Amino acid sequence: MENAVNRDIPDELLVEGREVYQGPNHRQGYRYKKASPKSFIQTERQEGKVVSSLREVLELIGFHDGMTVSFHHHFRDGDYVVNLVMKEIVDMGFKDITIAATSLGSANDPVADYIEQGIVTGIQTSGIRGKIGEMVSHGKLKTTAILRSHGGRVRAIEEGEVHIDVAFIGAPTSDCLGNARGKGGKSDCGVLGYHEVDARYADYVVVITDCLVDFPNFPPSIEASYVDYVVVMDEIGDPKKIATAAARFSTDPRDLLMAEYCAKVIEATPYFKDGFSFQTGAGGPSLAANRFLEPILRKHGITIGWIIGGITAPAVDLLNKGLVKTIIDTQDFDITAVESVGTHPRHFVMSTSQYASPSNKSAFVNMLDYVILAALEVDVDFNVNVVTGSDGVLRGAPGGHPDTAAGAKCSIIVTPLVRGRMATICESVVTVTTPGQDVDVVVTDYGIAVNPRRPELLEALKKTKLPLRTIEELQQEAYSIVGTPDPLPFKDRVVAIVEARDGTILDVVHEIDPIE
Amino acid sequence: MQLRKSAMSGTLESSDAMVTLEPGGEGIRVEITSIVKAQYGRQIEACVRETLERLGVDNVKAIVVDKGALECTLKARVESAAFRAAEIDSGFPWGGAIK
Repeated sequence: MENAVNRDIPDELLVEGREVYQGPNHRQGYRYKKASPKSFIQTERQEGKVVSSLREVLELIGFHDGMTVSFHHHFRDGDYVVNLVMKEIVDMGFKDITIAATSLGSANDPVADYIEQGIVTGIQTSGIRGKIGEMVSHGKLKTTAILRSHGGRVRAIEEGEVHIDVAFIGAPTSDCLGNARGKGGKSDCGVLGYHEVDARYADYVVVITDCLVDFPNFPPSIEASYVDYVVVMDEIGDPKKIATAAARFSTDPRDLLMAEYCAKVIEATPYFKDGFSFQTGAGGPSLAANRFLEPILRKHGITIGWIIGGITAPAVDLLNKGLVKTIIDTQDFDITAVESVGTHPRHFVMSTSQYASPSNKSAFVNMLDYVILAALEVDVDFNVNVVTGSDGVLRGAPGGHPDTAAGAKCSIIVTPLVRGRMATICESVVTVTTPGQDVDVVVTDYGIAVNPRRPELLEALKKTKLPLRTIEELQQEAYSIVGTPDPLPFKDRVVAIVEARDGTILDVVHEIDPIE
Repeated sequence: MQLRKSAMSGTLESSDAMVTLEPGGEGIRVEITSIVKAQYGRQIEACVRETLERLGVDNVKAIVVDKGALECTLKARVESAAFRAAEIDSGFPWGGAIK
């Protein structure tokens, strides 16, 4: 059945109430009863929940085949938690395990072997990179993987679409009852907001730390009231890869050109007024946009009201200069952000639910004015792909992209026209991860295209000297440089579902035929 | 053009290609490793063959390790590898032997 972004969704996937994507507000106002975890009565006095090993925790829980476990990705490329836990589960002989992670990357490559061995049979995630992505794309996962945005993942948990048996929460610090924080230890990641929903909805919650601190570890990101057990390990991550030194501003003239265009688009559009809200990705051109934003803010005497999302040094810099009033943080990408959160009085944390979930009564994304986002591909319908590479293999992360693009008044996609021999602006994206209806402006090094669904933005930008083009002109220019690509050699089998943030099916990813 | 020895041109930098020509054998054989093989493998092979044919090279094995080179880059790498393999070191047709 064809959905609202003209993708053919196989009928056999449309079971158990699953629907195809029917537009951004198809489920607006739908009332549902929240899922609930199992808990227990604790009347006795407690001396602590510290357990000596992961093995003992699995035994105490009564871990069994077929369970669903969850992890967060606040440690990014420095994560040890997924591998430590999965090794113990595998060593104890369990199988048919589903991993429901907030994201999976190359730090979790050993999981690919467990997929190949048929031990891990389900993957649900907001990001899939490295060997895991290759394994799924080559059809080695027994079930169909499910890819969701950050907000969509919270929704799936809250609606009971996925039930988490055990959440393993890597925590830079914890006390003996499981009050966990992202700071104060040796593997600081700043915030733990991605896993807050898991703490509230999983049957068992296990905090894993390498720095046990005195009770009470306050203010906690994960409250002890949700936590069953605490395990202390030697190392839960590689600090150098968890929070890197602040990325230097790109000196790539192409990045700088695009960043300048982004800032000028913001300056020229109607939502640029005192107190506006803003989010940007962590990619080169998106980051560099901050540098061009500062002089524009000063010129007009405008202060940003609030910044949300993954936080990097440039956002902290704007906060310290008084050019943004408040940062509400979901993830810290560098040491500067880790240090600032909870230290600066106007730098707060929030859960992914507060940030982006379509299943609660207010999410921050719905109040956004501007968001600047990257893309692997954008097509002439403005659909964006951030999950499959030009070879059709899973190697990306929807993350907050679909949520912020849907919520923001003006979503700006910034991407070079071509990358090597890949046309970024193409006829039809390999996989739709953000529907074109939610994308307003596409900034490239060859010009700027405004979505025809937003004539008022086009009118505003026509008053500037910015190089405006149609998206078709950009696509044709790209193909004139790199040639028209041949279709990818996909097989019939669907290996992954891309869920829209409301849980409908936005697109599917097919198994790729390896080329020799 | 008569190839006298094996020769190479190009690098493994992004957006470049490394082309090796080994004279001998029957006809033109093209071996391609490319990061964009699924979408451009057919066009890369056609470009390499056409360039070699127009240079008058007939019996050769062309090994292409492509890192996303544009067609103009690929042509230039094939041409320069061919001139090196033919031991021609002066009188180059600057601007490309193949227009």
